[in-house]
Amino acid sequence: MAYVAVKGGERAITNAHRWLAEDRRGDVAIPEIETDQIREQLSLSVDRVMSEGSCYDRDLAALAVKQAGGDLPEAIFLMRAYRTTLPRFGASLPVETGQMAVRRRISAAFKDIPGGQLLGPTFDYTHRLLDFTLAANGETPVEGALEAEEAQAYPMATIASVFAHEDLLEPDVRTEDAPAPFDLTREPMAFPAGRDQRLQALARGDEGFLLSLAYSSQRGWGSTHPLCAEIRLGEVAVEFIPDELGFAIEIGDLTLTECQMISTYGGGIDTAPQFARGYGLTFGHCERKAMSMAIVDRALRDAAAGEASAPCQDEEFVLYHSDNVEASGFVQHLKLPHYVDFQADLQLIRRQRRDYAERAAAMKEAAE
Amino acid sequence: MAVQPVVEGAPERRRWLSILAKAQPGEVLAAWEGIAARPEYRALRSPEIGMVLVRGRMGGTGDAFNLGEMTVTRAAVRLESGETGIGYVAGRDRKHAEIAAAVDAMMQSADLRPTVEGAVIAKLARAQDERRYTAARKAAATKVDFFTMVRTRSPG
Repeated sequence: MAYVAVKGGERAITNAHRWLAEDRRGDVAIPEIETDQIREQLSLSVDRVMSEGSCYDRDLAALAVKQAGGDLPEAIFLMRAYRTTLPRFGASLPVETGQMAVRRRISAAFKDIPGGQLLGPTFDYTHRLLDFTLAANGETPVEGALEAEEAQAYPMATIASVFAHEDLLEPDVRTEDAPAPFDLTREPMAFPAGRDQRLQALARGDEGFLLSLAYSSQRGWGSTHPLCAEIRLGEVAVEFIPDELGFAIEIGDLTLTECQMISTYGGGIDTAPQFARGYGLTFGHCERKAMSMAIVDRALRDAAAGEASAPCQDEEFVLYHSDNVEASGFVQHLKLPHYVDFQADLQLIRRQRRDYAERAAAMKEAAE
Repeated sequence: MAVQPVVEGAPERRRWLSILAKAQPGEVLAAWEGIAARPEYRALRSPEIGMVLVRGRMGGTGDAFNLGEMTVTRAAVRLESGETGIGYVAGRDRKHAEIAAAVDAMMQSADLRPTVEGAVIAKLARAQDERRYTAARKAAATKVDFFTMVRTRSPG
């Protein structure tokens, strides 16, 4: 028996939570951080919370970050809990990332990708030296971003469209009358998983876990030798068909990060050699996550083709352990009272020790 | 894109509903309050906060998968003159959804349309175009301008 009702901790819990609130506030001589400051100035934390919290709402994510005292998995948990309180109006039409108003778009594989290499707002090529002027209480004036005379034209060609005529890249499959995609929030995990289920799980999955899996794959555990064909960051309109209207309207713009990884596939008896692809898509600007997701998606597709040998290719291993709300819950539940389990273990270990001592004594006697 | 039934006036209504949804709540409120003759309306559906499940496409252009949810607020109103309007807007701003619905209703009335077409719809569209244009100019400024280093060989 793992759980028993225990009473008596109520006052201790209340007081612990009061102390937590005091700790979260920190030194009261320092101004309290506002949620709109978090939304605007810690936007990458906000993006991660929206992405793994699986709910796009910048203000809610900022509130979650504040309430969690900056603990992002805790903030993600708060987002997931909140989303269960809201009704669902329906599902959007699939977002068309090809139509994205791109702020950043790079291809590490193809230098001359049409539209060019747009670096956008990026940490890449920074020197990673601490900038002490940022600690000067905002007294350093911010130099605004430079604006080119000529604006970038949209939409920008995707890497897939560039090579489509040569059939070099594996094409995307579009099924006539495809059934509604698998929904992890309404159906339990099922194996073997379809790619729709996998991508949903990876999109909600923990960035750290997926990053390490992607890294393991690059280092040879199920090597995929990927090349980064394209990363794009920008705004995409979401279309929805309200019942009252019967036609699609845009209900807002979302910031999304998309990553296309490619790796060579030698072909088979009836398939020509081609670049196989892995896909990553996240809410907000979560580039490390989108790249990791694309590599893991690619690795799991090997598994679907019966080539699984490494952890990142084992879909049950990956999908059952990628959700940080579930993982954190199961690891952290060990902090809750397990007094009865321990009592049972104590009884067992005492009996085993008694048996051991008796056996040892008998052996000793026999030897003499 | 899914096959959609042809609805009369749909492309136009789609245009302004999209502009209303993509505007910032503060802009919508300011534009609305800037109108002198705001008609009376009653709520058919009080602003309601919910979610829409956002779908992506596998590989970017393939079959759909579920990416995650987004918060959305919807409302429906009826003007005294009989027109009904709806608002579906990203986020949790009730006033935004309600005003969007009221403006949608006004846009369907030949009498009221001139009041909001310029002062609300065109104004919000301009602000969105400007934001997009500024971002596109910033993006263009970060474009890599490749040049090839000419290798020179010393003679001999």
